[in-house]
Amino acid sequence: MRNATLAAALLAFAVGACVTTPSDQELAGKAAVMLKSSFKANGQATLDRLDQDETQRICSEFAGKALPGDVAQKLEKLNLATIKYPADGKLTGDWRNGEKIAQEGRGKQFSDDPSGPVGGNCYACHQLAPQELAYGTIGPSLYQFGKLRGYGMETQRYVYGKIYNPEAYAACSNMPRFGHNGILSEQQIKDLTALLMDPQSPVNR
Amino acid sequence: MSRPIRGTAALWLLAAASAWGQSSTVDEIARYRAALQDGNPAELWEARGEELWKQKRGPKQVSLERCDLGIGPGVVKGAYARLPAYFADSDRVMDLETRLVWCVVTLQGYSEAEAKARPFGNGSDRRSDIEALVAFVTSESRGVAMNVGLTHPKEIEMYRIGEKIFYYRGGPHDFGCVTCHADEGKRIRLQDLPKLTTREGAQKAYTTWPAYRVSQGELRSFQWRLNDCFRQQRFPELVFGSDASVALTLYLARNANGGIFDAPAIKR
Repeated sequence: MRNATLAAALLAFAVGACVTTPSDQELAGKAAVMLKSSFKANGQATLDRLDQDETQRICSEFAGKALPGDVAQKLEKLNLATIKYPADGKLTGDWRNGEKIAQEGRGKQFSDDPSGPVGGNCYACHQLAPQELAYGTIGPSLYQFGKLRGYGMETQRYVYGKIYNPEAYAACSNMPRFGHNGILSEQQIKDLTALLMDPQSPVNR
Repeated sequence: MSRPIRGTAALWLLAAASAWGQSSTVDEIARYRAALQDGNPAELWEARGEELWKQKRGPKQVSLERCDLGIGPGVVKGAYARLPAYFADSDRVMDLETRLVWCVVTLQGYSEAEAKARPFGNGSDRRSDIEALVAFVTSESRGVAMNVGLTHPKEIEMYRIGEKIFYYRGGPHDFGCVTCHADEGKRIRLQDLPKLTTREGAQKAYTTWPAYRVSQGELRSFQWRLNDCFRQQRFPELVFGSDASVALTLYLARNANGGIFDAPAIKR
């Protein structure tokens, strides 16, 4: 008898829990719907920016926690396949332009002129040339990047690919997918690659 | 440019950049120091807000002194430290700004469009009444410990949705709140970033908003803070008083529970 009462109480608790506690999946769905009704398009920042691709969805789902190994591998593979290397085979451009692109923080905000410059804003998160003291620390220091690793073709390919789509090398990286998401042009990525990989660049001197 | 952008690059999360270099940083610091010498200009907003609170206004010619901010009609002292909260009369979870709009509409008889017409000041001649009211009401919680309850099912759900939104990555840059605010001791350019997922970090950040922003010459509300974060996240524009803004505010306010509220503050 006592067991039956206990079972009934447990059942009631379980049902109650189901009613009052939406699952993680349901909450994610509710959040997505709420976001859609809580933003308005402004200039170039249109509402479709709230739509997530698979990478964004999975990274959001794991909420800043480490991904299981197989999930991370799958994401990296998926993103690696998106990298388009320059048809002319040349991976580096002009480091002087690269420095300007690394300094430029404008681009893609609703407050930015859609026909104005779009930069990489690399200094927001990375140390690069030692002359610039106002650098952020969300990403690692890239000072002496090429000097420490060598200037070889493989490293150039890595740098170009990393800027094009960092998710290919570190799933759920904080770094934007500058090439894949169409933020920077092929030439801009070449110039940034030169900023890290040209022996004459202030990063390596 | 639709928004005042006059701070140094370091001031802005993912900011518009370094076109402003060291010299403007020095300028800003000088202005900051000058502002501090005269006390916090936020007091001007607080005084104007108190006036607006007590004035008979709107089609119904009544003051806001019967506005219920959650702990009874007209009780302002300590009210902000308990927001956002569920309100039975609107059947909604509301933050301070949405509640103020509610009172301006229901008590004073303004239309919702009128009440929301100018949520943020423009830094010079067009000040926002809402930001002034926010300054007054929040100043009445100075020294009070944050005490946001999660008791009503709608509060619990809004909190959990707010957490989801915190981790929601999107837009051309894949950014979410989590990109900048989930690690300790990081900075954008030279601007330190609070870690908002821990009690200590959330307390430090949340208890110092609203704030007088020296670089903008404005008192900025928490709604403004979120709006500008999303701008820099490259998201579309956050609608003033929207559900997502309230959910995220609830998530952050609740995480700050126990922290001693100390605003309106002054920031660069």
